[in-house]
Amino acid sequence: MTISSASPAFTGRDPENRLFGPLPDVTQEAGYEPEHPKRVGFFTDTSVCIGCKACEVACKEWNTLPMDDSHGNRDALGLSGMSFDNTGQLGANSWRHVAFIEQSRTVDLPMPTFGRPGDDRHDHGPSPAAAGDDVSLANAQQSVLNAEALSEFDPQTGQSGGDKQIRWLMSSDVCKHCTHAGCLDVCPTGALFRTEFGTVVVQGDICNGCGYCVAACPYGVIDQRKDDGRVFKCTMCYDRLTDGLQPACASACPTQSIQFGDLDELQERADARLATLKAQGVETARLYGRDEDDGVGGDGAFFLLLDEPEVYGLPPDPVVTTRDLPAMWRAAGKAAAMMVGVAVTAILGSRRSR
Amino acid sequence: MTGGITSPDAGWRQADRGPATQRTGKKRRRGGGRGRAEMPMVDDVEFTSYYGRQIVKTPVWKSPDVPLYLFLGGAAGSSAILGALADVTDRPKLTRVARYTAGGGSILSVVFLIHDLGRPERFLHMLRVLKPTSPLSVGTYILAPFSAAAGATAAVEALGWFPKLKRFGGAVAALFGGPLATYTGVLLANTAVPSWHEFHTKLPFVFGGSAMAAGGGICMALAPLDESEPARKMAIIGAGIELAAIRGVEHSESIVSEPFHEGRPGKLMRAAKACTSAGLGLAVLGGRKRWGAVASGTLLAAGSLLTRFGVFEGGIASTKDPKYVVIPQRERLAKGEHDHASTITR
Repeated sequence: MTISSASPAFTGRDPENRLFGPLPDVTQEAGYEPEHPKRVGFFTDTSVCIGCKACEVACKEWNTLPMDDSHGNRDALGLSGMSFDNTGQLGANSWRHVAFIEQSRTVDLPMPTFGRPGDDRHDHGPSPAAAGDDVSLANAQQSVLNAEALSEFDPQTGQSGGDKQIRWLMSSDVCKHCTHAGCLDVCPTGALFRTEFGTVVVQGDICNGCGYCVAACPYGVIDQRKDDGRVFKCTMCYDRLTDGLQPACASACPTQSIQFGDLDELQERADARLATLKAQGVETARLYGRDEDDGVGGDGAFFLLLDEPEVYGLPPDPVVTTRDLPAMWRAAGKAAAMMVGVAVTAILGSRRSR
Repeated sequence: MTGGITSPDAGWRQADRGPATQRTGKKRRRGGGRGRAEMPMVDDVEFTSYYGRQIVKTPVWKSPDVPLYLFLGGAAGSSAILGALADVTDRPKLTRVARYTAGGGSILSVVFLIHDLGRPERFLHMLRVLKPTSPLSVGTYILAPFSAAAGATAAVEALGWFPKLKRFGGAVAALFGGPLATYTGVLLANTAVPSWHEFHTKLPFVFGGSAMAAGGGICMALAPLDESEPARKMAIIGAGIELAAIRGVEHSESIVSEPFHEGRPGKLMRAAKACTSAGLGLAVLGGRKRWGAVASGTLLAAGSLLTRFGVFEGGIASTKDPKYVVIPQRERLAKGEHDHASTITR
């Protein structure tokens, strides 16, 4: 039996950010030697995702995951009835999930003043927003300019004329392999563990299906396989990593929307990609899970999104539940002391019957 | 006001679904009983979601296994404390009742906890590690010695063996009784379930008070009148704490209080408050009579049981609607009330 030395959970004194906050070397914090491999991760660039679901298929095939429908029913075929997304969500049997969001918007006329596609947009002289007094007119023209900018990089919207009123958002979701992983923190058996690559993996021969991790994940990733009893989630293909291969989904992705590599390198690449898109006028682009100061200490698998996270079914501000655990233990200690106090009062305040 | 909650990007909205944002229905909640005027506590708020699908997973914990475990563990824990104190103050009849309650409750609660596992035959894997970050792990090391001590004490009480060892076993059980009854609040709160996590400092007090109402109520109903007075007092104080703590959970400013007022969880919580209030009143007025002690003790135990079911199912309900995840997080971001950076880099 191992006695964990993670006393910050009780005291709340956490100078090394073991419960919450940025953690530069999560692998070493988990107990590996300083010579451990670099932390790896996924950068999922949804701006180039074409929704082919090759990642889902590759993942199912490599990991021999059972079939299920969009509500997690095992061995069931069914249409979700809402979009091309019939996977529905991440779960015990779906470790990659491609979200499909069809969006439209009204492009307000008057017709914009920009030139033909291919013309340099920067050579248009004073912007309409600066010239015109009518703010709504300026806003309308601004939004059309964004649509034009989007069409230049996005094959799905790269059509002419009125078709620009529709866009598709597609995003391949996956376990975030958080720096502060709620599932890992609350696992009472040690079945969940941090690998030498900095990822979070379930040991199937240890898990006893208590289900605590399911409730603790702020992203709703991990789930229990009902007929099995144990929990399952993305392993970032731990078996492939140990053999020097990249995960199945990343190797299957035809557009390099899913990029696998060392996390620090991916973060640099993502920052550059964001800067490029911004320079192209794609104001809706943003990174999700990239910031190491966020509520989970940064994600091992992070994303470039084109809309708010909740549009893709992601929480806008996830926080690892264990951040508040010291406060909870203090409250439980006070409540337990209160119980003893009440019992002593009740005994002392009662007249003896004899 | 709602503009800060969502900022649909440059007018993009989900096709064939109308506006990019959905509206929560107009929610009006009672502002506490006693005929006070109803006041709106949750405004109409806009939020976005992925086809209305839930974001966090619904816990796979089974009902009634887990609520029963919470109830039995609480009743057993508070009874063990009462039993040990009754023992040292020479109240043998109350001691016996309290030890039977503690022993029976703890053994049954272990059964329910193990039955709730996806792989019950692997329950001993809980003892592989001790993790302070996992309330279930800490709870295992509370429940294991407690149920061993309380169960053994109840057994030797029944058999009449080892009177000195009995007192020691009762004391050990009493030591773990308080933590057993209150750690379950941490167990539920240390999750991503919105309506549990929000009240992470309050749930231990809800469960601690509820445990004393249940344990005191059961002992009051079963012990003879000449010795049941401490049980009655503990039950009355416990029920008062339970009702006050529930108030704090149900009437917070946050939208995550809402599930405790609606549907099945709402019914359970109302029934719980009715039972506990009635039991409290009856215990004060008629608890010194035989029939009064039995009736009020039963009502208090029923109220405690319903509280556990209500809190459990309220949390479950809060996972099924994405608004309970999105709206509090958006409000947090809008107000800048977070001590960490946004996960969104623009």
